[in-house]
Amino acid sequence: MAAETPTSTLAHLVDRFARLAASMFGDVTPRAMVLLGTLLVLLLIAPWLINDYLLTVLIVVLYFAFTGQAWNIMMGFAGQLSLGHAIYAGLGGYIAAALFARFGVAPWLGFIAVIPVAAACGATIGFLAFRFRVAGVYFAILTIAFAEFARIGFDHLDFVNASAGLFLPVAQYSHNDLWHLRGNPTMFYYVILTAAALVFVLCRALLKSRVGYCWLAIREDEQAARAVGIDSFRYKMAAVMISAVITSFAGVFYAFFYNNLFPEQVFNISRSIEMILGPIIGGIGTLFGPILGAFVLTGLAEALNATLAALGFDLPGAKQVFYGVCLLLVVVALPDGVWPWLARLIGVEEGRR
Amino acid sequence: MNALLSLQGVSKRFRGLVAVDAVSFDVAAKELFAIIGPNGAGKTTLFNMIAGAIPPDEGSISFAGEPIGSLPPDAICRRGIGRTFQIVRPFPALTVEDNVIVGALLHSRDVGNARASARELLRRLDLFDQRNRIAATLTLPDRKRLEVARALATEPKLLLLDEVMAGLRPTESDRMVAILRTLNRDSGLTIVLIEHVMRAVMALASNVLVLDHGIAIAQGKPEAIVRDPAVVKSYLGAEPV
Repeated sequence: MAAETPTSTLAHLVDRFARLAASMFGDVTPRAMVLLGTLLVLLLIAPWLINDYLLTVLIVVLYFAFTGQAWNIMMGFAGQLSLGHAIYAGLGGYIAAALFARFGVAPWLGFIAVIPVAAACGATIGFLAFRFRVAGVYFAILTIAFAEFARIGFDHLDFVNASAGLFLPVAQYSHNDLWHLRGNPTMFYYVILTAAALVFVLCRALLKSRVGYCWLAIREDEQAARAVGIDSFRYKMAAVMISAVITSFAGVFYAFFYNNLFPEQVFNISRSIEMILGPIIGGIGTLFGPILGAFVLTGLAEALNATLAALGFDLPGAKQVFYGVCLLLVVVALPDGVWPWLARLIGVEEGRR
Repeated sequence: MNALLSLQGVSKRFRGLVAVDAVSFDVAAKELFAIIGPNGAGKTTLFNMIAGAIPPDEGSISFAGEPIGSLPPDAICRRGIGRTFQIVRPFPALTVEDNVIVGALLHSRDVGNARASARELLRRLDLFDQRNRIAATLTLPDRKRLEVARALATEPKLLLLDEVMAGLRPTESDRMVAILRTLNRDSGLTIVLIEHVMRAVMALASNVLVLDHGIAIAQGKPEAIVRDPAVVKSYLGAEPV
């Protein structure tokens, strides 16, 4: 046996990493790799290519790509329809913002405090539903009820200024402070880009793992899944909690990007619906669908707004009508979402839904 | 007593209807045991109770010497009982291979290993060439075989087969009989099957239980069962088989 030298340890580590990478990306076709790589490069250099307004639009796109992927874990993978995901984002935003505004706690540390709260909130909803067999539409209603409960609760919670709203101190920053998430749009852009990319990698790893297979089995047929030994309660709980924690980070980002939080807004059912439109349009249960959906929806909605403004129209609610039309078109023409269709077209199918 | 599966006075009522009425029987390890009877006799209800899908109202069910009557279906599968469904329910949007991988993941934490054992099973059940197809697009006989493969992937000691021959052509059902017999002989798998295809029952079973209106009216060797007057009257009809 050769003695352990630093070089051999390093070689061993590199080897381990290469094998990990191979197991994660080994089955990605070269074409998909090239397309994904191109998209990533474009997104990385975007701040140099576009103006501040478009960068803000892109931040919103990536925000919805992030939350859409998080929601997709629950609905697309495990088949559990949540219409109350605003509760997780709201809790994340409020806790991190309150800790920062009151005690100066950095948002990254705030997020660590958010994690157990979001997980516990998801676990509570999941436990009530899955233990007492509240499923399907009734489960969705339960999730709405919890989000509404949180909205009304926070509306009366003086610690976070109740309905008057919680504001983060805003000042002109001479430099970007990543640790405290204070800075210009470019910094926020890179934060949300990194987060969305990490969640993409995480979702892929989850879907290809044992837990992913168990989720898909439960989504397809829970009774048959139990008949092959899957403890569906445990796996559904895991899906809710993972989805909740990821979504809560979006809330932290939202709070520090917009600097103000109103219960009436952050817990509003519209926030929950906005989160799920992307995956529905892009393709529920797919990996790239939520990302594509976010680009299509937010991109087109902003284009529409800009066009209307340029033409001198002032139509509040045009965006909502547009969302409705998009949803209708997709449901009628491409019920599986745009991505499975587009992926077939450009030859980069994910293989398994 | 060394029965692998033992039922004592098991009953199930759906409101007024007694679907299964105080049924008792034992299945020895490595046995091929058939349950026959007319439609509505309570065969599938009996299966659902053994598999934990519905709890029995009365009586006890034990497997490998331990009571399992109150366990949920996933726990029963982990104890070593695999099942198929009368109305097939593969995971429709998943590929054939992924369907079986889900079963294989019960005992293998690693997806790669699960894939290897899934492929092995698909070969045995003549489904290997179709492994990349979406399960929903398979023909009924193939979906039935897929259910058998998925159940086998959980490495059961006892396999419950609910009418896997129904709807198969004679050659296909002969093929299934051959597969089941091989499994029983090579790996000592105990099989309890609900079946209407008497040809398959006669070819496979070493022991037959006849249910009628929830009551066990006869039990014994297949050759004796087909001559039992009560069985002929209630199920087989006057025509000799």
